[in-house]
Amino acid sequence: MKLAIRTTLGILAAGVALPIAAQAEIRLGASVSATGPAAFLGDPEAKTIEMMVEEINAAGGINGEEIALTLYDDGGDPNKARTFATRLVEDDEVVAIIGGSTTGTTMSILDVAEDEGIPFISLAGAISIVDPVRDYVFKTPHTDRMACEKIFADMIAQGITKVGMISGTDGFGASMQAQCSDVAGAQGVEIVADETYGPQDADMTPQLTRIRNTEGVQAVLNPGFGQGPAIVTRNFAQLGFDIPLYQSHGVASDAFIELAGADAAEGVRLPGTALLIGDLLAEDDPQYKVVTEYAAAYQAKYDQAPSTFAGYAHDAVALMVDAITRAGEADPDAIRDALEETQGFVGTTGTYSFSPKDHLGLDLTAFRMLQITDGGWKQLD
Amino acid sequence: MDALLQFIFSGMTVGAVYALVALGFTIIYNASDVVNFAQGEFVMLGGMITVFAHQAGLPLPLAAVLAILATAALGVALNKLAIEPARGAPVVSLIIITIGASILIRGATQLIFDKQLHRFPSFSGDDPIRVMGATILPQSLWVIGGAVAVFVALWLFFTRTLTGKAVLATANNRVAAQLVGINTGWVMTLSFGLSAAIGALAGVLVTPITLVSYDVGVALALKGFAAAMLGGMGNPKGALLGGLLLGLLEALTAGYLSSQYKDAVAFIVILGVLFVMPQGIFGHKSTERV
Repeated sequence: MKLAIRTTLGILAAGVALPIAAQAEIRLGASVSATGPAAFLGDPEAKTIEMMVEEINAAGGINGEEIALTLYDDGGDPNKARTFATRLVEDDEVVAIIGGSTTGTTMSILDVAEDEGIPFISLAGAISIVDPVRDYVFKTPHTDRMACEKIFADMIAQGITKVGMISGTDGFGASMQAQCSDVAGAQGVEIVADETYGPQDADMTPQLTRIRNTEGVQAVLNPGFGQGPAIVTRNFAQLGFDIPLYQSHGVASDAFIELAGADAAEGVRLPGTALLIGDLLAEDDPQYKVVTEYAAAYQAKYDQAPSTFAGYAHDAVALMVDAITRAGEADPDAIRDALEETQGFVGTTGTYSFSPKDHLGLDLTAFRMLQITDGGWKQLD
Repeated sequence: MDALLQFIFSGMTVGAVYALVALGFTIIYNASDVVNFAQGEFVMLGGMITVFAHQAGLPLPLAAVLAILATAALGVALNKLAIEPARGAPVVSLIIITIGASILIRGATQLIFDKQLHRFPSFSGDDPIRVMGATILPQSLWVIGGAVAVFVALWLFFTRTLTGKAVLATANNRVAAQLVGINTGWVMTLSFGLSAAIGALAGVLVTPITLVSYDVGVALALKGFAAAMLGGMGNPKGALLGGLLLGLLEALTAGYLSSQYKDAVAFIVILGVLFVMPQGIFGHKSTERV
């Protein structure tokens, strides 16, 4: 019955929209957190989405049709995100949505997208977005759990089994701390110390001293975002540890080396994406082309290097454009089906292959283990 | 033993940061009974302006002086544009004005500068100083030294100078102060300028340790306010010792108990102290004569 009503409405809408259809445009919606507490995610994401849509339209659009982008700034507020998602679907009549910078805003948009049957690519990290799989919901960032697995695999390869963990109590740090504790056992790593710090704390030497005094600790892992990891890295150097320090993908940026200081950051290991080490990639690397072209365009337009988060938005737009091209029509269900059929699509974060059972489409090879050496990055695997 | 010393060093470092912020609250509070919630923004501006002036090519000391002067000017402007027009309004209204000012300054900073984290080099390098197995960074000594210097300067100002006493008199009874020839408007301007300058100085000193971005002011002001309440609002001695005590409490809790509870323990102790001594450790008992 519901279907019947929707079809009728669809026919009505198509009838009304007929005169406009002559100008042929593909309506793409986005809601990201360009301001507010999650601005570090949403700001580069918004810039990327705007830049890419401009580029695509300048090059003639998709199948000859221009993209009409409607971009909202939800300020990191899940309630606003829900309002904007509804507005995108009902007022702006978009055929697909990109956005949801944080897990909270994603969860709001996701409900609307599922109910209305609009394909949605999320830019947030939590595994719960695609597990269980929802028909219309996809995402581009790898999960915290994958970062933990990548880090622990590297530790095991180094013969490290006893780890001291110091995590931020912010959303990112807390989520990754939980995921790492969860997967550690299965990978043969034991968390022997588990310390935390507040996101605005100025000194972490007490926590690090406790870890240093823990029997048998062989490495320190610091899931966190913002200034915390920079301060932890400086304190780590101050205390003269002689074991390795692992950071998370949350700080994978040149700014981190600058904030922590090249001396203190020397030897720090972390999982990062190809985007971070664009200039170090071999020319025959499958990601070389997409990464260098995107980074150069972003740098030229905004006079700064794109962050890992900007890369998530790049991949979301690229995947969506690819799916719309293959679908051949701007119909939400056709786009959804095309998205799910995506195979071996190379993005800045990794190579995506979606399936009805997997709406993330990345595996651990998407992460590259990096080490900070002489104030720059070195790829380890 | 070396662990205890390390915790104390950490506590002193963090405590000196809190103390510097707390000292900034003192003057405005003494002049007007207003708790200036834009104080954290002054600290943030001290750091941010120094960062950008330094990036623009100014040597660090000059950039720092520029930041302090610019922030002091902003403090004066805040008083002229927002506090003075509302003269006669109850203290609570004035406090709410300062909250509004803090939101405005935060938003403007985000637009004028950016939303990124920044840092400039430590004044005396980053080689840790080793004392009996524990380490402390030279910048921590700068912060501790800065807090003590500001304390001494404020203490001399309030007890040894006529201007300082005029500030206290204005707070005590504005009308009476005017009757004995004190220009209370000027005292308010002076107190906002000085408070902003002290806040900016704090920002300059702590940025190499805490890093700075447009939104660090809120957390700093909250901790600084807590330190000032613990020590006794309006008393420079209270601000200094309250800050150090709060820092030590946090570091020792994180070191010996659990880092999860460090903020909770610190605030429980503050509550406990305020139950017994509502004016803070060094606060004056105020008596109203009828």
